[in-house]
Amino acid sequence: MTSPSKTPLLEVRNLRKYFPIQKGFFKKTIGNVRAVDDVSLFVEDGETLGLVGESGCGKTTTSRCVVRAIAPSSGQMLFRTGEGQVVDLASLDRAALRPLRPQMQMIFQDPFGSLNPRMNLFEIVGEPLLVNGLASRKQRTDQVAELLQLVGMRPEYMQRFPHAFSGGQRQRIGIARALSVHPRLVVADEPVSALDVSVQAQILNLLLDLQKRLNLTYIFVAHNLSVVKHICDRVAVMYVGKLVEIAKTGELFHQPRHPYTAALMAAVPVADPRVQSGNIELKGEVPSPANPPSGCYFHPRCTYAAEVCRTQPPDFREISPGHFVACHLAEEIELPGISLT
Amino acid sequence: MPRIRTGIEEGRMNTHNAPLLSVRDLKTYFMMDEGVVKAVDGVSFDVHAGQIFGIVGESGCGKSVTVKSVLRIVEAPGKIVQGQILLRRSRQDGTSGEEELDLAGLDAHGQEIRSIRGGHIALIPQEPMTSFSPVHTIGDQIIEAIMLHQSIDRKAARNLARDMLKDVGVPMPERRLDEYSWQLSGGLRQRAIIAMALSCNPRLLIADEPTTAVDVTTQAQVLRLLRQLQHERNSAIIFITHDLGVIAQMASFVMVMYLGLVMEQGPVDDIFHAPKHPYTQALLRSIPSVSSQPRVSLPTISGSIPHPFNKPSGCPFHPRCIKRMPGRCDARTPALQAVGEEQRVSCFLYHDVEVSE
Amino acid sequence: MADEIQDASAPPSELSSKGEERVSVASNWKLVWWRFRKNRLAVASAIVLLMFYAVVLVPDFFSNQDPEATDAALAFIPMQRISFFGKTGFNPSVPDVVGKRNTITLKMEWARNETARIPIALFVRGYKYKVLDLFETDIHLIDAKDPKSKGRPHFLGTDRLGRDQWSRMMFGTRTSMTVGLVAVVLSTILGVLLGGISGYFGGWLDMVIQRAIELLQSLPTIPIWLMMTAALPQDWRPDRVFLAITIILALIGWTTLAREIRGRFLSLREEDFIVAAELAGCSHLRIILRHMVPSFTSHIIAASTLAIPVMIISETSLSFLGLGIRPPAISWGVLLQEAQNIQTVALAPWLMFPGLVVIIAVLAFNLVGDGLRDAADPYGH
Repeated sequence: MTSPSKTPLLEVRNLRKYFPIQKGFFKKTIGNVRAVDDVSLFVEDGETLGLVGESGCGKTTTSRCVVRAIAPSSGQMLFRTGEGQVVDLASLDRAALRPLRPQMQMIFQDPFGSLNPRMNLFEIVGEPLLVNGLASRKQRTDQVAELLQLVGMRPEYMQRFPHAFSGGQRQRIGIARALSVHPRLVVADEPVSALDVSVQAQILNLLLDLQKRLNLTYIFVAHNLSVVKHICDRVAVMYVGKLVEIAKTGELFHQPRHPYTAALMAAVPVADPRVQSGNIELKGEVPSPANPPSGCYFHPRCTYAAEVCRTQPPDFREISPGHFVACHLAEEIELPGISLT
Repeated sequence: MPRIRTGIEEGRMNTHNAPLLSVRDLKTYFMMDEGVVKAVDGVSFDVHAGQIFGIVGESGCGKSVTVKSVLRIVEAPGKIVQGQILLRRSRQDGTSGEEELDLAGLDAHGQEIRSIRGGHIALIPQEPMTSFSPVHTIGDQIIEAIMLHQSIDRKAARNLARDMLKDVGVPMPERRLDEYSWQLSGGLRQRAIIAMALSCNPRLLIADEPTTAVDVTTQAQVLRLLRQLQHERNSAIIFITHDLGVIAQMASFVMVMYLGLVMEQGPVDDIFHAPKHPYTQALLRSIPSVSSQPRVSLPTISGSIPHPFNKPSGCPFHPRCIKRMPGRCDARTPALQAVGEEQRVSCFLYHDVEVSE
Repeated sequence: MADEIQDASAPPSELSSKGEERVSVASNWKLVWWRFRKNRLAVASAIVLLMFYAVVLVPDFFSNQDPEATDAALAFIPMQRISFFGKTGFNPSVPDVVGKRNTITLKMEWARNETARIPIALFVRGYKYKVLDLFETDIHLIDAKDPKSKGRPHFLGTDRLGRDQWSRMMFGTRTSMTVGLVAVVLSTILGVLLGGISGYFGGWLDMVIQRAIELLQSLPTIPIWLMMTAALPQDWRPDRVFLAITIILALIGWTTLAREIRGRFLSLREEDFIVAAELAGCSHLRIILRHMVPSFTSHIIAASTLAIPVMIISETSLSFLGLGIRPPAISWGVLLQEAQNIQTVALAPWLMFPGLVVIIAVLAFNLVGDGLRDAADPYGH
């Protein structure tokens, strides 16, 4: 991958995360689930990078590796700290990682599992401040009040427990908690997937607004392509642990260069009865990351597959400025995208 | 150039025949310790043969409870307290012609409803994972369903099951019959469930969020399959979802529900291109679509869905409605009234008819 | 946007009711208590248990005679019925009995003394005793009105050595209920510690502990008990034996809880709020103590409450067989030892009364434990 113009906030190089499959009394490793299989990407300051794909593609595992919720098997994650230093997050041990943690935070998918039901809002939102020694109790009270207001909740609710709130409100609480330590990078793992349709728009608006106000950088993991198109500057598409395409949002949706991306776009049901979606029929099933096909992982389902696709894994290369794709035949095939109506 | 959907006109034609299923003023309440939850509070709609009838709404709107009431599988402490569920079918006593049977009046555990469930009306449930028993093979379960409703021997049932699996596009159907549900992937499992539901050739299929738990490409496959099967067998489908995109692609007739009441009903084109109810309008505006402007604020519906114990008085949507009329919308509940050829809406902006108790 | 922010947290036309307010600031324990309160059976059983433990704290208050005082002349007195009304109105009393040995059957026959009855009353002065080693008093719950009267009330009769069963019951309750409680506390500590280490750290530590648990669980319990208690020296003082029995029961009983705790740790580790705590920079200790342990404290309490009756029955069985608590110490099992023969069952059935008490205690614990378990998880884990 060619490096971007200035140092990005985060550059991931050849990230791999394998989960060993163990069998037998002595837990011998007989194989690996290749959840993330050689992923390289970068995120610039202030932008929103979308990470999309279907189940088993590795987007969640990638996002968790990035914030070091889990440790990668190999690869580098070069993060530019607030002081301007570039550190490889993958190589740091727990102790070295601790002072950096406030700079990268996560927003979770499940509003019901992401808040400790036995702590009230003050304790939940204030915990990162407490644990990092960033504020006294009085200061924490003030800051938590401010944070709650920032996400659109009443500060008087500080004494309440999560069970008193709806899904959308809990997501706001989770966002407040993530923002309490002034992170520079926020990884949002499907933050609106579990919410009602009318609430999704509220949370998306909130995320956009907060990004402008606080100059945040987002990695936005999602499976809902309409949401991704609405909120992301660039989008990365993953399939069975590998990156298949990265491009600016508009370009990806209107001129995809990878057959899987095109199929994904076409599969999204359009909320307009006069327009028919699902025009590309994708046969077969998503392969298991424990036992992926040879060559290009997508070849068994690809209508354009050639002999080289069966034998050789494609390189992830730049096909036009800023647009990367992993396909042997990318130059030759003409793919339909979403048209502007 | 995307193709224009051809099913829309069908939606208009079918409604002139007598309906296959007619739900009239259905009320299903849950008597809990903390109070009464009026999950379905006066819902009426008709489903015609060969029609795909979409029910769309957010959590708490009562769409699942409505179809569970039709099948009489509402869990305690839920109970149908009022209303009729009229099913039209050919006479069972041997004479020719049709009869109307009120499902609400049947014994929920009785012989009558059990012969209808799976036979005349089949359910495609939401979770493909938990819909099959993990200790019986797929084949055993489909054969059991067949033999419950048709008097054929086991061998014939097995052949029928295999043909069903083939029809739904399961590769190597003979082998799959002897496999267990956990050996199949999510998409295949969903197809197998559809095969089981269709095995007795039901006149009415109820699909309760059948694609919510699957990936988008699998969803496209399943939706295509359902459309194809519906077209071949001319069965009616009641399709429940919260995804407006899916509704737009599947349904010919749509019903929008909110907090146990019907907000609007009508042909799918009218609902999406000429919505009348403020809730429908707001909902359509607030969803991001692949063709909308990126990175601008989406118009939202203020507030959140109230807790079912705290249902607002009058029109259930009035606290969040930008067009509410104080004194009217908070005091009286509007009834569902016609505003077009086939479109009906419950909103005082269009009429002044109240719900009668 | 400002409009929306204001409205986002509550429907605009609605102020929270008082009730709603109360519920939203209620911590987990409050919620558990409210749910528990609704279960009438569990609450009633809890009251019964409280009464039992009141006896445990001051058995002397409830008894009215020396439980170890023997008097062959008073052997096998049957249970005496209290009559509440005498010739002069409300005057609770028990009959005074006179014993005479039947010269032919050699059976002790007790005839009522028609002329005198022993009046009884509540909160009467009796023998002196110390309450919890703190202060001395001589008030007893229920005893003969006249402390110096020769005839004594025997509400539950006497045994073959003439010992008053009512008083022995009180002391027996203290021993049996204490053994149950202490054994469970010990095994809970062991279980939480080992299960927690196993579940939180995983790896080879987990493997070793799990195999140890499996080994222990596959050993047959009754022979192990018998072995261990038979190995106790005969000349040990009763309270040492008591301690040893408790420890033995605890060492055998910790495995089930350890497995459950380990399972909880394993599933909790994957919860998003734990990941969030790690990302915030919480130390291992803080995560365990502040986030994980509170998640299953109510579960532990429920599981422990259900484990106590198992311990009680274990101790009762051991003592009944003569292998646990031995006389002159008193426990329900020791009391039941006296009822081990045909003579008793046929001629002195009141000596089986401790069995009824065991049943009531075990039932009460089970109902309370079930009630706690049902109330404990408002979040449906």
